[in-house]
Amino acid sequence: MSDVIIGTGKGTAVGAPQPDPNTPRVNYLNVSHTLSSWLLTKDHKRIAMLYLFSISIFFAVGGAAAGMVRAELMFPRGSLLQSEGYNRMFTAHGVIMIFFFLLVAIPAVFGNFLIPLMIGARDLAFPRLNLLSWYLYMIAGTLGVTAMLFGGVDVGWTFYTPLSSMYSNGQVTIAILAAFLAGFSSIATAVNFIATIHKMRAPGMTWDKLPLYVWGHYATSVIIILGTPVVAMTLLLVVLERTFGIGFFSPELGGDPVLFQHMFWFYSHPAVYIMILPGFSVISEIIACFSRKKIFGYHFVAYSSMAIAGLGFLVWGHHMYVSSQSMYQGTVFSLLSFLVAIPSAVKVFNWCATMYKGSVWLASPMIYAISFLGLFVIGGLTGMYLAAMATDVHLTATYFIVAHFHYVMVGGTVTAFMGALHFWWPKMTGKMYPENIARYNALIVFIGFNLTFLPQFVAGYLGMPRRYHYYPAEYQPWMILSTTGSTVLGFGMIVPVFYLLWSLKKGKDAGPNPWGAKGLEWETESPPDPHNFHHIPVVTAPVYDYDAEAEERELQGEN
Amino acid sequence: MAHVADSHGHGHKPEGVFEQYEDLHQQQSTYVLGMWSFLVTEVMFFGVMFMSYLLYRWKYQDMFYQIHHDLSWQLGGLNTANLLFSSFAVVMAVRCAQLKQNGSVLKWLGVVQLCAFGFLAIKAIEYKAKYDHGHLMLIPGNNFQWHDTAIPAGIGKLFYSLYFAMTGLHGVHVVIGILIFGVMMLLYAKKSHLVQNDYIPLELCGLYWHFVDLVWIFLYPLFYLIPK
Ligand SMILES: [Cu+2]
Repeated sequence: MSDVIIGTGKGTAVGAPQPDPNTPRVNYLNVSHTLSSWLLTKDHKRIAMLYLFSISIFFAVGGAAAGMVRAELMFPRGSLLQSEGYNRMFTAHGVIMIFFFLLVAIPAVFGNFLIPLMIGARDLAFPRLNLLSWYLYMIAGTLGVTAMLFGGVDVGWTFYTPLSSMYSNGQVTIAILAAFLAGFSSIATAVNFIATIHKMRAPGMTWDKLPLYVWGHYATSVIIILGTPVVAMTLLLVVLERTFGIGFFSPELGGDPVLFQHMFWFYSHPAVYIMILPGFSVISEIIACFSRKKIFGYHFVAYSSMAIAGLGFLVWGHHMYVSSQSMYQGTVFSLLSFLVAIPSAVKVFNWCATMYKGSVWLASPMIYAISFLGLFVIGGLTGMYLAAMATDVHLTATYFIVAHFHYVMVGGTVTAFMGALHFWWPKMTGKMYPENIARYNALIVFIGFNLTFLPQFVAGYLGMPRRYHYYPAEYQPWMILSTTGSTVLGFGMIVPVFYLLWSLKKGKDAGPNPWGAKGLEWETESPPDPHNFHHIPVVTAPVYDYDAEAEERELQGEN
Repeated sequence: MAHVADSHGHGHKPEGVFEQYEDLHQQQSTYVLGMWSFLVTEVMFFGVMFMSYLLYRWKYQDMFYQIHHDLSWQLGGLNTANLLFSSFAVVMAVRCAQLKQNGSVLKWLGVVQLCAFGFLAIKAIEYKAKYDHGHLMLIPGNNFQWHDTAIPAGIGKLFYSLYFAMTGLHGVHVVIGILIFGVMMLLYAKKSHLVQNDYIPLELCGLYWHFVDLVWIFLYPLFYLIPK
């Protein structure tokens, strides 16, 4: 048995057994085919695949709800829904997309799959807890979707009191219990990640050799364990008020509805970072790989994630400038909100500096990463308009807000998710998808996205309120543009389903490292073995050990 | 030179070490870290309640002071002493587990269970009294009744909402504690390999129990000992 030194060979599988050409290699996918081997699995990679399957379904349902909303908004007097139905539809879109897709997607799929591989561990620290989190998520998702599609919830994803606690009909209680369970699912995942990242790293994998992907998930997990219990409890109090008439938030009963807003946003602003930090961490990996350079300012990018996690808890009041919150409080919240721009900008500048003089390869994951940069910059900068109290009072509850957070959540997180899917698909399945189709599709997504949400900035600035489906006819051109864009975007989201599924059957074998990327996960086989590593690796190479100049020289020599 | 571990691990590892861990030490320290992370979420979970309490106590301090006389500080004090003693018993159980004295572990855990049931019994007496006065609204269809003309019914309801929500959530944690200590007693009684080489599972239950105890240490003065 010889020591295995990582980072010297190009894409050699760690400690791979002598290949026998007659029997196919055992990997985590083909190790067993029974249904129970999937439903009772404790393998983090299989649980990640379970998550990938289930979030895709919820994403489709949430997307269908968005399609209904956009179709309705084509005409100023509505076209297919009554007011009640419209309220239910945008609530369904918001709740499903936030609680069952955005908060979960990158950590539960790619975090689960990659963190043990990246740090050189055989599994997450608590595999049973990991499986439990998937079951909690599935129960929550099923409950939530049932409540919203068959009963109807019309309070928006924010569940503001006293509407949600006293006046709304419909299945608010069930929807809230679903969100509560989903919260516990993500707490379980976060506790698992924190314990894993602290305690399960391979020898030599020090904190400053940790891939930025892992740093990002660490920061995310810290936010989850600090924030998610708060919203879970707050929503539970709404349920208590609704069912037992306990008066925490209802002014008639002596309560204070603004208390709900404080506690809700104490979580739900940091929740934005739960959704975007994993996206950031994906982008760091992709940009380093396809620029063939170490991430510029590695430590700054790593610590900026922690800074965002910390600052994120101090800014919730910017959602409440038009509530009864005092003006002075608002000033402090405004100042702190501007401060969050600093660590976010640190990341963006460092990514740009990484690409500068890199050996840039415009593969499909990189196209997603670059469009992420553009879209996130717009999303982030428009956030500055909303952090400033004076402009926010004008823009609150208009389509400007809707456009802003879709630029961050869809332009940011969903784009990063697509980038991650294309980057690690060969690792997860061992197959390559048709790269050219994927590249053109990435462009279609980018165009469709901008066509959908740029017009909403204009409509919102001109004063069109969100959550209204009857609107003055002057806004109709913007709404038509937006609906057209959403059709293109929807098309761009459906195409990958086909070529990725096609690749499973007919795709070329990817090999351990199709992108020539660095990092422990690329040193395993594709798809990885059931226990990831035959021998726990010893890490000696620095993180992102790329050499752009050598890469370029090699390319020149070839041509 | 760092060592390279055998992937499949059979043979090397003592019983009770799961396959994702290299050795017992890694498993133990990971468990403890995981538990502390979970306790952080518990703090935030209760934090929402304490935040609500803070706001309404600050708004209605005088009336909260008036109402709190309805609660029996003697019974609350008894329960405080009870829980403090149960925490001591947990510490003794963990100590005996470290020394591998199975029998003593079981005895001390029995003491913990007695304390926990005692706590719930006293709580039941208190809840029953409030139920008789019509203050307990955690039963559907049971409307809140208020006869004190000096204090608006809304404030009375708010006080009791906080009281029942906070002590109720704490009570749920006590019940969960009884269940996990029950499982622990079973494991120690059956000499399961999960707890023979490894006292950490019991220590984790102990950490949880100390947390539950600590919550009560805050609840007791906040509800039973409100100063004028
Ligand atoms: Cu915010």
